[in-house]
Amino acid sequence: MKNLILLIPLLPFLGFLINGLGRKYLSKTLIGIIGSGVILGSFAISVYAFLNLGKFTGEKVISSSARILGNPVLHYYDFIKVGALRIPFAFQIDQLSTLFLLIITGVGFLIHLYSTAYMHEEKQDHFGRYFAYLNLFVFSMLLLVMGANFVIMFIGWEGVGLCSYLLIGYWFKNVDYTKAAKKAFVMNRIGDLGFLLAVFWLIAKLGSVDYSYVLTPGVIDRLSTGDIVGITLLLFLGATGKSAQIPLYTWLPDAMAGPTPVSALIHAATMVTAGIYMIARSNLLFSAAPLTLNVIAIIGVATAFLAATIALRQNDIKKVLAYSTVSQLGYMFLALGTGAYVAAVFHVMTHAFFKALLFLGSGSVIHAVGGQQDIRYMGGLRKKLPVTYTTFLIGCLAIAGIAPFAGFFSKDAILLSAFASNKVLYAVGLLTAAMTAFYMFRLLFITFGGSFRGTEEQAHHIHESPAAMTIPLIILAVLSIVGGFVGIPELFMHGGEKLADYLSPVVASKEIQVEHSTEWILVILTTVIAVVAIIIAWMRYRSYREERKTPLARALENKWYVDEIYDAIIVKPLNKLGAFVNTVIERGTIDALVNGVGKAVNYGGRQMRWLQSGQVGNYVLLMVISMVLLFVLQFFLRK
Amino acid sequence: MDIKYYIFLSIALFVIGIVGVLTRRNAIIIFMCIELMLNSVNLLLVAFSKMHHLANAATSATAGSEGQLFVFFIMVVAAAEVSVGLAIIVMLFRNTHSVDVNFLNRLKH
Repeated sequence: MKNLILLIPLLPFLGFLINGLGRKYLSKTLIGIIGSGVILGSFAISVYAFLNLGKFTGEKVISSSARILGNPVLHYYDFIKVGALRIPFAFQIDQLSTLFLLIITGVGFLIHLYSTAYMHEEKQDHFGRYFAYLNLFVFSMLLLVMGANFVIMFIGWEGVGLCSYLLIGYWFKNVDYTKAAKKAFVMNRIGDLGFLLAVFWLIAKLGSVDYSYVLTPGVIDRLSTGDIVGITLLLFLGATGKSAQIPLYTWLPDAMAGPTPVSALIHAATMVTAGIYMIARSNLLFSAAPLTLNVIAIIGVATAFLAATIALRQNDIKKVLAYSTVSQLGYMFLALGTGAYVAAVFHVMTHAFFKALLFLGSGSVIHAVGGQQDIRYMGGLRKKLPVTYTTFLIGCLAIAGIAPFAGFFSKDAILLSAFASNKVLYAVGLLTAAMTAFYMFRLLFITFGGSFRGTEEQAHHIHESPAAMTIPLIILAVLSIVGGFVGIPELFMHGGEKLADYLSPVVASKEIQVEHSTEWILVILTTVIAVVAIIIAWMRYRSYREERKTPLARALENKWYVDEIYDAIIVKPLNKLGAFVNTVIERGTIDALVNGVGKAVNYGGRQMRWLQSGQVGNYVLLMVISMVLLFVLQFFLRK
Repeated sequence: MDIKYYIFLSIALFVIGIVGVLTRRNAIIIFMCIELMLNSVNLLLVAFSKMHHLANAATSATAGSEGQLFVFFIMVVAAAEVSVGLAIIVMLFRNTHSVDVNFLNRLKH
């Protein structure tokens, strides 16, 4: 069993090696089969692990706590051993990590499959490079969720950041794309620094980073309040970088520079959920720091709201989805911040289904219209792309939170938790839900409704995507419909909340004290608001008209000028500082000093050369003069 | 005889030596001038030695003998120096067919 589990991350890594090294020699078909096959293999093992989760008990358990007791920590070898500090290379296969394993490998496989068709026009070795990166990404993500301590998680954490950089800059000949890649990398690094500091802090205070040791009530009690708040805030800083929250969210919309399946895999379904996974994993630690939870809830809801407003007026199909992703991630953090960890994980799952579906759908659209991403030049695609349209519609309904699609249940759980903790958070969340429904259906109507607005040539070119692309769409659409039922609340079905029960050994679930009647009102309110938003969108956008350019609209279209503000207050001053250091300190002081020494010696040497004339007379004269001087010194000065 | 006459004579000889070394270009003459300087020092040493001996003869039979010892040292060293120096001059003459020291700057070429 232990070795089988090891294969889960190892298979994608093998795929990475084969595709990466053999990209020049393997045919595209073979690369596609290897790339997708290894993920399918991981998925199969993950399913096996999921079904046999009970059998893991009996493995060696390091912790003495009752909570985690019985959970398997698969210890492979000691990764770092310095003094008293021992960091094992170990995997933790429990309810939370298997759930993520299923999402990552399952959705990941569908996206790999989709990519074989989507990327087919790439050159052979680029095709191989693409799949190698994709496999490496899955490997890193699997390490991230399987690791049994923060250090192993950090390896994966960095790995996904790297792969994100590589894949965003996949078309590296385009300068803008490489800039977007750099931006994502740097933004991520800022967050990673927070994560790293938190890990150091843990080591300094507790001398261990194992979940099974650190994340137990007895151990957490040994930390002072200041320590807990500091550690959790730093961890949260890491999460804001990886999961694109204020203030580090701006990389995600730019990350749309990568190929569309990459956006689906990395920037919607898996990597960006790493922050949520990390916080859900250390939920005991976070629950001990109410201050941090408040910060998380506020940042989460603010991000959800801000991103939703920006998404209202974006014209790039992928940008709308990107901001919608940021917004949905904000929802998940709202859930985490209000203590509803299960709801957050639930939303991660449903979001992985419908956002991957929407991204892949948008990829299918882009594929059909020959690379056009601006929705103003689309329209009327409903008839020509029936499968894409239907699945996209399902995705939109799911994200808008229309019953009984997946997003309805998870979003409802989050809003309920927000309602129970703070009415302001709830109100903003509800408003965001309305905007979500509005901008998603705006996107849907502009893209698929009306008549085609592109060029003749494009209109002629439009065709439904091949089966390798539509099959993942259909599977994801089905999952988006039924995926919500695993977390169906008690309200609708007796014996619901299956997901919470399943996760209860790892993730604390919050008892929400709300009357059933109140709950009904909330559910109906959410649905009505979403439906109203959809109707407004339908009335406005069922036939395409140019949008008016009010100042507000322009601000939204320019993303509230956040990028410009960052540019002005951070990038430009940093550049100035860099230029200053370069000219004044580097060249003016250090270089001048070093070069000055050289020049002085050189100059001195050139002057002294005249003394070495080779004329014996000169030498003797100098000698005599020197001796006379010495005598003078001796007799007249040194008294 | 008063010691100052010896000192004046020595200074005179030494200065003649210096001026000779500085002004003349013939290596042999420079050499001789160096010898002159050495010997002027020798003369001075012997004179001081004698004076010292006369002043301290009552307490020590060997007073002032160090000066004479120095003189012998200088003579030995000077002899060694002459042998090396003359060899150099011979080689100089073989190479330049002259004993003019100003030609020595050709060594750097």
